Amino acid sequence: MIVRGADRVLVQGITGRQGTYWAERMQAYGTRIVAGVNPKKAGTRHCGVPVYASAGEAMREAGFDVSVLFIPPLGVKAAAQDAIEAGCRRLVILTEHVPVQDVMGLLAIARANGAAVVGPNTAGLVTPGACFVGFMPAFEAAIFRPGRVGVISRSGSLGTLICLNLVQAGFGQSAFIGIGGDPIVGTTTRDALGMLDADERTDAVVVVGEIGGTMEEDAADYARAMQKPVVAFIAGAASPAGKKMGHAGAIVMGDKGTYASKRRALEAAGVEVLDTPSGVGRALHAALG
Amino acid sequence: MNFEEHAAKPLLQAAGIAIPRGRVARSADEAEAAAAQFAVPVVVKAQVPAGKRGKAGGIRTADDPQAARETARAILGMEIAGHRVAALLVEERAAIAAEYYAAVLNDPASKGPLVMVSPDGGMNVEEIAASMPERLRQTRVDILEGFGLDAARAMLGGLGLGSDEEPLAETLVALYRAYRENDAELLEVNPLARLADGRLVALDCKFVLDDSGIQRQEALAQAGSPEPLTALEARGQALGLKYIELDGDIGVLGNGAGLTMTTMDVIAHHGGRPANFLEIGGAAYTKATPALELVLDNPKVTCLAVNFCGAFARTDVMIAGVIDAWEALKPTVPVFFSVHGTGSAEARAILRERLGVRPHETMDEAIVASIAAARDAGGSP
Repeated sequence: MIVRGADRVLVQGITGRQGTYWAERMQAYGTRIVAGVNPKKAGTRHCGVPVYASAGEAMREAGFDVSVLFIPPLGVKAAAQDAIEAGCRRLVILTEHVPVQDVMGLLAIARANGAAVVGPNTAGLVTPGACFVGFMPAFEAAIFRPGRVGVISRSGSLGTLICLNLVQAGFGQSAFIGIGGDPIVGTTTRDALGMLDADERTDAVVVVGEIGGTMEEDAADYARAMQKPVVAFIAGAASPAGKKMGHAGAIVMGDKGTYASKRRALEAAGVEVLDTPSGVGRALHAALG
Repeated sequence: MNFEEHAAKPLLQAAGIAIPRGRVARSADEAEAAAAQFAVPVVVKAQVPAGKRGKAGGIRTADDPQAARETARAILGMEIAGHRVAALLVEERAAIAAEYYAAVLNDPASKGPLVMVSPDGGMNVEEIAASMPERLRQTRVDILEGFGLDAARAMLGGLGLGSDEEPLAETLVALYRAYRENDAELLEVNPLARLADGRLVALDCKFVLDDSGIQRQEALAQAGSPEPLTALEARGQALGLKYIELDGDIGVLGNGAGLTMTTMDVIAHHGGRPANFLEIGGAAYTKATPALELVLDNPKVTCLAVNFCGAFARTDVMIAGVIDAWEALKPTVPVFFSVHGTGSAEARAILRERLGVRPHETMDEAIVASIAAARDAGGSP
C-alpha cells in the first residue's frame, strides 16, 4: 500500500496521547486527516477535525480513504471491522501485541471485503514530500527526502536507519512501506515488492528483513523476475535461533526462517544482501550504474 | 509461551478429548503414591517444556509402585534440552493399538489456522511428512467459518481409518475448539492413540500460547512455563523490558527489536562481542533509566554502545532517561552514541549540554569506537 497526498485519512483513537502526538505531526507534514474516532468523545473536535463514534459514522459524515489505528491490542479487531464494514479499503494497524487469532480474523474480514491491511505492529507508511501515516519521522530531512528508492521494512527503527543511510548516500525515497514485525501481517514483503515493482516513481527497492518466518524467502521468488534492482539487509545474523514449534512448526517451516536461509534465497535471486545497513548507498550506486 | 504436558492436557480434556489418568509428582515418594493409587502399570514422564523427551530417556515405564519410585529417582534431576527435570507426570499405561497425529496451528502462509492430521503418529511424523506427504493431511481453515465435522471428515477420507474415522473427526473438531478458546499458537497431540478397547486417547500434548494472547488468558498463563531467565533477565522482565544476556563485553542499548538486533550484528561484523540485547522501543521508550541500570549491572560490560533511531520512540525522551541514569550511577565505562530519527535534534542538544558529548555521525562509527574501547579494556580480541 502506498499513500498519496490526496488520500483522506481517518485516525481511529485520535484522542489518546500517541494518537494526538502523531496526528499533529501527520497534519504538519501534509497528511490530509479528515476525522477521528472515539465513541466517548463523539461530537467534539480534536486536532482540528471532527471526532465520530465509529468509522461507519465518519464515512457517512466525512468520507475517508485510509484509516490508521491507534487502538489498544484487544480493541483492534473490532475497530478494524468497523472501518472495513464502513467501506474503508486501506487500513494501517500500528498496534503491537494484537492476539494472532484476532489478526487472522480481521484479515479474513478484510479479504472478504476487498480491503488491504498494512500491519499490525507497523510504524506506518511514508511518501516523502507528500504525506505519512503512522509514527515515522517523515519530517526529519536527514532521513526522508523525495526520491526514487522504495523501502520495505518489518522494523520501524531499522527502516528509519536505512532511510537515513539512503539520504546520506544522496538518494531519496519514493515510498516507505512498514509492513510490521508480527508473525502474520496483512501485507507481506512479497506483496510490498510487487507494489513497488509496479510503481513508476520507484527505480530500485531496499528490503529490510529479520530472522523468523518465511517472508524474505517468499519475496526472493518474486525478486528473481524483477527488472528493478533489489538490495536487502536482514537483521539477526548474530542472534540465537528462535524456538522450534513442535513437529507442526518444523513441517510448516521446513529449513526456512534462519539468517542463512534468507540470505541464500535472496542471493540466489540476484539480490545483494548487505553486511551492515551503511552499505546500502554503495550497493544502490553500483546497481543503478 | 510453552506449556508442559501436564499443564497442556487439561485443555484437551475440557474440550472433550480423553486423556489418561495421571498425577504430577515432584519426588520419588509422590511418584510411588501415584502408581499405587492407579494400581496398574504406569509411565513416568519428565515434565520439561521441550520435545524429544523420550529420546533423552525422560519417559520410562514402571510396572509397580516400587519401580515407579526407582524410575522417578532416575529421571528427577536429569537435564533435557537445557531444562532440569523437577516434575514428573505419572500416568496409567495405555495398551496402544494405533497411533495418530493431530495438530492445529497459526499458519503464516495462509494467514489462518491450519489443521493437520496423519494416520502415522509417533516420533517420526516429520519424516513421514517429508517422505509421504499424502499421509499428512493439511487443511487451511477460514477462521470466520470455523472448522466443523464435515471439514474434518473431508480431511480424513481415503486414509483407510475404518471405524476410527468418525471419532477422529470429532476429536479434530474438539481440538480446533480448544485451539480457538485458548489463543493457541500451536496445539498438537502426538500420539493420539486408539487403545485396545477402541477409545481414542491423547497420550501427549504440546501447547504453545500466543504471547500476545496472554493479556486475555491470564489465568491460563499461570500454568505455563516461562523461558528460564538469568537474574538480570528476570529484572528486565519485571520492568517490562526485553533484555537478553549474552557472552560479550559491549553493552547494547537500542530502540526497536530490528535496530537492536542490527546493532548486535554490526558489532559482530566488525569483530566485537555484544554483552546483551536490550531494546526500549515501542511503549518502553520511557524506560531508558532502568534500562541503562540493567545494562551496567552486568559485570562483563566494559563499554557501552547506545544506538537510537527514533520512529515511534522519541530519541529526546530516551536520551534524557539515559542521562538521568548516567548522572545517578556515575559509571566509569566509556559510552558511544548514535542518535537519529524522531527528536534527534533535541536529543543531540541534551547530550551536548548535560554530558558534553557529541554522538557519532553513523552507527558503524559508534560501534567501531566501542569495539576499540572494549579492546583497550582487555576484552574482545
